[in-house]
Amino acid sequence: MLNQATITETLPRLRNGEISARQLMESCLNQIQATDPKLRAFLHVDAEDALRQADAADAARRSGEANDKPLLGIPLAMKDVIAVKGQPLGCASKILAKFISPYDATVTQKLKNAGAVIFGRCNMDEFAMGSSTENSAFGHTRNPWDLDRVPGGSSGGSAAAVAADQCLASLGSDTGGSIRQPAAFCGCVGVKPTYGRVSRYGLVAFASSLDQIGPFTKSVEDAALLTQVISGIDPRDSSSVPEEVPDYRLHLKQDVRGLKLGIAKEYMVGGLDPEVSRAVQAAVEQLQKLGVEVQEVSLPHTEYAVATYYIVATAEASANLARFDGIRYGQRVDGNDPIELYSKTRGAGFGPEVKRRVILGTYVLSSGYYDAYYLRAQKVRTLIRQDFLKAFEKVDAIVTPTTPTAAFKAGEKSSDPLQMYLSDIFTISCNLAGISGISLPCGFTSNPKLPIGLQLLGKPFGESTLFRLAHAYEQSVNWRREKPPISAANK
Amino acid sequence: MEYEAVIGLETHVQLKTRSKMWCGCANEFGAAPNTNVCPVCLGFPGVLPVANEEALKLTALTGFLLNCEVARYAKFDRKNYFYPDASKNYQITQYDKPSTLNGFVEFEFEGQLAKVRITRAHLEEDVGKNSHFERHSGVDFNRAGVPLLEIVSEPDITSSEMAYAYLNALKDILIYGGVSDCDMEKGMVRCDVNVSVRPKGQKELGAKIEIKNMNSFSGVRRALDYEIPRQIEVVKKGGKLNQETRRWDDISGITETMRTKEQAHDYRYFPEPDLMPFAPDDAWIAGVKARVVELPLAKKQRFMRDYQLPLSDAQTFVDDVPLGDYFEGIARRARNPKAVANWVINNLRAKLTETGSALGDLKFPPEHILELIGLVEANTISTKIAQDVFADMFASGDSPRAIVDKKGLVQVTDGGAIEAFCDEAIAANPKSVADYKAGKPAALNFLKGQVMKLSKGKANPNAVGELLEKKLQA
Repeated sequence: MLNQATITETLPRLRNGEISARQLMESCLNQIQATDPKLRAFLHVDAEDALRQADAADAARRSGEANDKPLLGIPLAMKDVIAVKGQPLGCASKILAKFISPYDATVTQKLKNAGAVIFGRCNMDEFAMGSSTENSAFGHTRNPWDLDRVPGGSSGGSAAAVAADQCLASLGSDTGGSIRQPAAFCGCVGVKPTYGRVSRYGLVAFASSLDQIGPFTKSVEDAALLTQVISGIDPRDSSSVPEEVPDYRLHLKQDVRGLKLGIAKEYMVGGLDPEVSRAVQAAVEQLQKLGVEVQEVSLPHTEYAVATYYIVATAEASANLARFDGIRYGQRVDGNDPIELYSKTRGAGFGPEVKRRVILGTYVLSSGYYDAYYLRAQKVRTLIRQDFLKAFEKVDAIVTPTTPTAAFKAGEKSSDPLQMYLSDIFTISCNLAGISGISLPCGFTSNPKLPIGLQLLGKPFGESTLFRLAHAYEQSVNWRREKPPISAANK
Repeated sequence: MEYEAVIGLETHVQLKTRSKMWCGCANEFGAAPNTNVCPVCLGFPGVLPVANEEALKLTALTGFLLNCEVARYAKFDRKNYFYPDASKNYQITQYDKPSTLNGFVEFEFEGQLAKVRITRAHLEEDVGKNSHFERHSGVDFNRAGVPLLEIVSEPDITSSEMAYAYLNALKDILIYGGVSDCDMEKGMVRCDVNVSVRPKGQKELGAKIEIKNMNSFSGVRRALDYEIPRQIEVVKKGGKLNQETRRWDDISGITETMRTKEQAHDYRYFPEPDLMPFAPDDAWIAGVKARVVELPLAKKQRFMRDYQLPLSDAQTFVDDVPLGDYFEGIARRARNPKAVANWVINNLRAKLTETGSALGDLKFPPEHILELIGLVEANTISTKIAQDVFADMFASGDSPRAIVDKKGLVQVTDGGAIEAFCDEAIAANPKSVADYKAGKPAALNFLKGQVMKLSKGKANPNAVGELLEKKLQA
């Protein structure tokens, strides 16, 4: 099945004419038709437009325009938080229902330039706030490995779509783990690039100083390829960094022998599922067999990460989401004066988790509380970053579980926000520190069979090293050949 | 007991940039509503601001012009409040690390040099404009995101007149520096006032009252002329003033409570995460410094000192910068700069206005003015003839010398020729002669005029006067 292959496997077949972009797209659309009524990874799919793009890719290839288009004809799905001109941009929120983006995000533009077929809007937690995709205003996405479980979040739809072979790869956004955690839950590869590596222009902001766009893929090599295409400084994003983008795939096959891997003792905490712990331990041993040197490192401020995160992220979110007021676009509920219009519009348009975070963020920025919360949190954030920079003086990367447990059941944590927040405990620090991270499959729980994620954290702009380590590990094990039942059933 | 007012002003000025503060939309007044807009200035989902370099430069330039420290580390912050004219429902501004701070403005006031300290001049964005119709309201976002400078003064102003003089001085400086066109009609300058009163000699300040909604400098003066006596009246009667914001009603000419301290906004400022702090290097600062111009007051003083001009001439050249530059270009080489000023102001400016042309359109080089003055000073032509020569020069671009030669305008100083004209005039005007002899000296001027007419203006007027007098007294 064409839809089950990786990008790297597919490209030569497209190139030599063995398959067409249309066939590839059709195969993904068929898979969506067969699986999405149950999975609900997509909020919107415009099949006609997708096929039109695929035909255009085929025409371009025929006319010899393929050479400078590294993704020509590859079907990619987008999290509903990234702008694609002419497609819905709803952030899985009622307040943006029916909103069509009038412009392309920079990543979208880059992918279009690379020839990708950009189709479909992936479900997510409303405004990327959540860890299970249960906060979507338009229904829950299910985990492809167990439909009773969540796919993780907030980029749950993007992860599920890749895991269930509804597309070859997708983009998501990661503010505190929103790519890596669903990648772990669904059994695919997810990358959170270094802050400033990928332009945020066209990514609807949740927490501006933490957000970063990244890919979901079926292999580390695909992840390296996609990261390369979307990276680079952008004159439209002042926080993007003028750091050269290396040829990640070139470095991929370099030997990992002698690379130093750190194990953070603070991450081996209580609450860690024994099967997850064992799988990560086995992965570390596997990496050692490949010649990687392992040592313990300390990240002493880890215990403050979740608290710090929920102050910084909510504060920024409270301002970022202020623009959704029903005045210029989106859903409006009228009132007799502007204040009443705002209250009614936002009251009806936002879900409970979004409201909770906006209120929390408004509170921590309020006069008299700013110093105790926001200012203090920013200082702790600096300490957390310093922890990592210090550790990276000794090691090239740090290994952790991506999540404390495998995918949890739908509804299991939705009534307890704090339990939900703690599911991001291993991923949050990476965003606070602005460093790079990747999650990739490192095994399965036994009963039920659920994927387990291995997280590698790298230096700022250390993606190259992460890809090398992850690729070496991935190639030495067989986890990526496992397909979830929902995909395997359609073989 | 006598009371005094303590006044500080917050002046908002639109910067003269081609594009807006965070996007490439035109910074332009008068376009049809919502035509100079894009996803960025409309606050669409996912967009990001990118700072306009020229706006940062104009801000630093203003800092230099207002004698401020120009910060080597500045940053932007978000000021949160909901209002339909704010496209993001927060305004990007500079809160605790402004681009410039601690300066002053000097200006002439009541015959003396007054000084008002400047707390800071910081960069922010303008908001849209709300319009209210019978059944609905509209917002025009053309203005949203236009770079706006907020210039905050210390409470050094003591009267409405002084506030008015300060605002005009500030406006002159900003126009001079090319920072802003300061066109009030187009809303390019707006001003809020902070005013309190206290018994004369008392150190502690009274309750600070902010007044908003003045749309002209005279509006500021009128608002203060209403507000200061109002506050004094309250205090005199033993009442208590509370910190509040009041709205100026320009039509009824009063201020009224807008919101009390308890209703004040909590703006929840925090650093703008979408913009990096701004830390200019030496070269950048030097580039801005090179754009610093001489301020109007200094220029006026220099013109009066170096060119011995009267105040009114100096003021003319300060107000009309190109004309002043033109004058200076000639005056540097002139023995008598005042004569140059007279020609430039009385003749050249008038001709330019009359013909609707500009200095750039002139057909003659500046040297011709010096040549013309030389001809008058050498008694080659009379002042009156010189007017005609100027008009010819303005129209043709020919040199004064050439015009004089071509038209045979050289002044007649030959005694014989003048005498003949005098005799002719005396013979033709017996009544004037009689009047003069009866003790009416004005009659002499009439006769002088007749002689000049006969000579077609070429006779030397001094020689004519002397000769006539001699003949009539004989």
